Amino acid sequence: MKLTLKAALALGATAIAGAASAECGIEAGSVRILSNDFEALRYINDTAMECASDAVTVEANATSEHKNIQGPALSIDPAEYTVAVIANNSIVPLLNDDLIRPLDDLIAEYGDQLLPNQVISTGGEAMAIAFMGNGQHLFYRSDILEEAGVEVPTTYEEMLSAAEAIQEAGLMEHPLAASVKPGWDLAAEFVNLYLGTGGEFFEPGSAALAIDNEDGRLVLETMRAMTEYMDPDYLTFDANVINQLWDAGQVAMMNQWGSLAGAAIGDAADPDVAANTAFATTPSIGGNAIPAAALWWDGFSIAKNISDEDAAASFQAMMHGISPEAVAENPTVATWLVDGYQPGEAAVGVIANANAGARAYPMTPYMGLLHTALSTELADFIAGREDADQALADVKAAYDDAASAAGFLQ
Amino acid sequence: MPHKTFALFIMPAVVAMLLFIALPIVSVVVQSLFVEHEQVMVEVENCGPFGCSTQLRVDTEATAEIRDERPLGRFAGITNYINRNHLAFDQVREIWSTSDGLGEIWSRMMNLPFYKALAFTLVYCFLVTPFAMMLGFAIALGVNTLPRLAKGPAIFVSILPMIITPLIGSLILFWMFNPQGILGASLQVITGDPTLSLRASPVLTWIVLIIYGIWTNGPFSFVVFYAGLQTVPGDTLESAMIDGASRWERVRYVIIPHLAPLATFVALVQLMDNFRVFEPIVGFSAEANATSLSWLVYNDLIGQDSQQFGSAAATSVMTILGVVILLIPVLIRTWRDFNRKAV
Repeated sequence: MKLTLKAALALGATAIAGAASAECGIEAGSVRILSNDFEALRYINDTAMECASDAVTVEANATSEHKNIQGPALSIDPAEYTVAVIANNSIVPLLNDDLIRPLDDLIAEYGDQLLPNQVISTGGEAMAIAFMGNGQHLFYRSDILEEAGVEVPTTYEEMLSAAEAIQEAGLMEHPLAASVKPGWDLAAEFVNLYLGTGGEFFEPGSAALAIDNEDGRLVLETMRAMTEYMDPDYLTFDANVINQLWDAGQVAMMNQWGSLAGAAIGDAADPDVAANTAFATTPSIGGNAIPAAALWWDGFSIAKNISDEDAAASFQAMMHGISPEAVAENPTVATWLVDGYQPGEAAVGVIANANAGARAYPMTPYMGLLHTALSTELADFIAGREDADQALADVKAAYDDAASAAGFLQ
Repeated sequence: MPHKTFALFIMPAVVAMLLFIALPIVSVVVQSLFVEHEQVMVEVENCGPFGCSTQLRVDTEATAEIRDERPLGRFAGITNYINRNHLAFDQVREIWSTSDGLGEIWSRMMNLPFYKALAFTLVYCFLVTPFAMMLGFAIALGVNTLPRLAKGPAIFVSILPMIITPLIGSLILFWMFNPQGILGASLQVITGDPTLSLRASPVLTWIVLIIYGIWTNGPFSFVVFYAGLQTVPGDTLESAMIDGASRWERVRYVIIPHLAPLATFVALVQLMDNFRVFEPIVGFSAEANATSLSWLVYNDLIGQDSQQFGSAAATSVMTILGVVILLIPVLIRTWRDFNRKAV
């Protein structure tokens, strides 16, 4: 925590740092960035590459396979990449295997521009710098809701009755959509709703699973109830597919990624649909006050197995990549966490969720194993072939085996 | 050939096989007997843009120390093979003793990931292999009777399904089967059922995957059988015709016996291929209704954030064993044929 405070104290210097020129102040070194592949990250990579000079090389590899590459690439010495762009979940394997370095010294020396809440720390050591927030939130069609005479839903119960009203009014056959394709998406949907119940996934202080309870059953029953109002093909719906359905005007309400909000109202979208597309907080579940959606951050870490010179060069290049000026030039591609950012139209959902107290996707070391277990074992449930009790028992059995093999459970 | 020359002649092949086939298999078998070390955990406070919370974290130094001592992990024996995610002995025993009726046993077994995957893998294997061979043989017979000029284009069109990468091929069909796609919409009109979706029910999904399998595997049989047809002795065919054999009788009594050894070879290759069915499941987004052994390996390795190497290795070893079991009848047959010729 102490360095988060230090960064906070350094805030006063933000204005001065902000006035620095496009030169990144790097003397020498090699910067090699590994990141996921979407618009906001490509923009940051491109901006960081401006730091290249005779003595400094800056390379970037933006690939959706980054999660599979990062472990092996950072394990070797010297590491293949000096910067790993990560999120809540993908930082965990790097932390577990001790592949990234504490950033406290670098923040003190070069991180004047950072806001205190951009620093991701664990056990008092800063391990990553966040630059954008993300998360699933409500997309709704204002015209359809108005025609059906229903308010924007604030709870899942209201969302279901609104869907009923839209169906009854004959406005849409399948007013709801959700990314429930078995796999990562389906598990993420469960995690979202379960976070909304306020419950914990694990027994405190251990890796023992704790979702076999009333909250777990409520979440599953809500997920099942939603599918009644979805296209029968819902088992093949991932986030990209439901965005296409949205653009085709076939869906009135869905929880969708904030990073896809820009596309839903952008120039390439169907103008009629885009004009009536609005964003709001994710509905809450089971009478709880918080939105039933996980909050995500995207950020970067610096590899451990590289020279201090390269680490400093990498940190400085990334500071240039996520500088307030760079963000100010391109405010619409992401919900930036950077100082001075003015949220645009597409960012309202994520910010509303954060303000309403939504919880972050857990950084627990064994969360990934639970996510994997959920992704396969909930398939039968969401397809309507087994009941909630059986589904929860299956998840627990699959998780217990995986967590024992990984050494988290004895 | 002197022994020494022979040994030198095949040495490169033997070395390559040892390096690239035998050693990896040994390493997979070894890996499947181990699980990861117990993780040393410490409680820490994690802070980020959305607040702080107390969570456990891996004590990397302590864990690294244990790992350095025994890099392979903890020896687990056959745990990886018999736990619930694989052969699930305990669960199967319980299902056996507490279910009444085969129906219940079946539905409860299908709830265990390994058996669910095995069921689809076997059904796919045993339906696709014969039907794809029949399709390939039929096309070969057809193409063989075409006039010379038409043969080239016909062959090209016939092997198209094999040229298309399986993943791309299945994705294309997946979109065509979409209710808004050309095949999906046509089926809805033909059956008069506007809610018909080939992707919603397990049975329909299996049918689509199997039809796709036949479509994509047919060309291989076609190529081999077409080549085989060129070697059918013209004299035998002519004498059969003089004896008054119909076209069907010629196929049944001359061509099929002549191509039988080839069919064994095709069956061998196709059984192996189909047993590791994988791409169509991903391409058709069919994970909810159909999984295969290879898909289980993929799912363990792609992990969400952590790979389960021991589990994946155990499934791989069982896939190899499965292929061996499948091939035993065919291998025995080949061995007998070989011995007969040698006499």
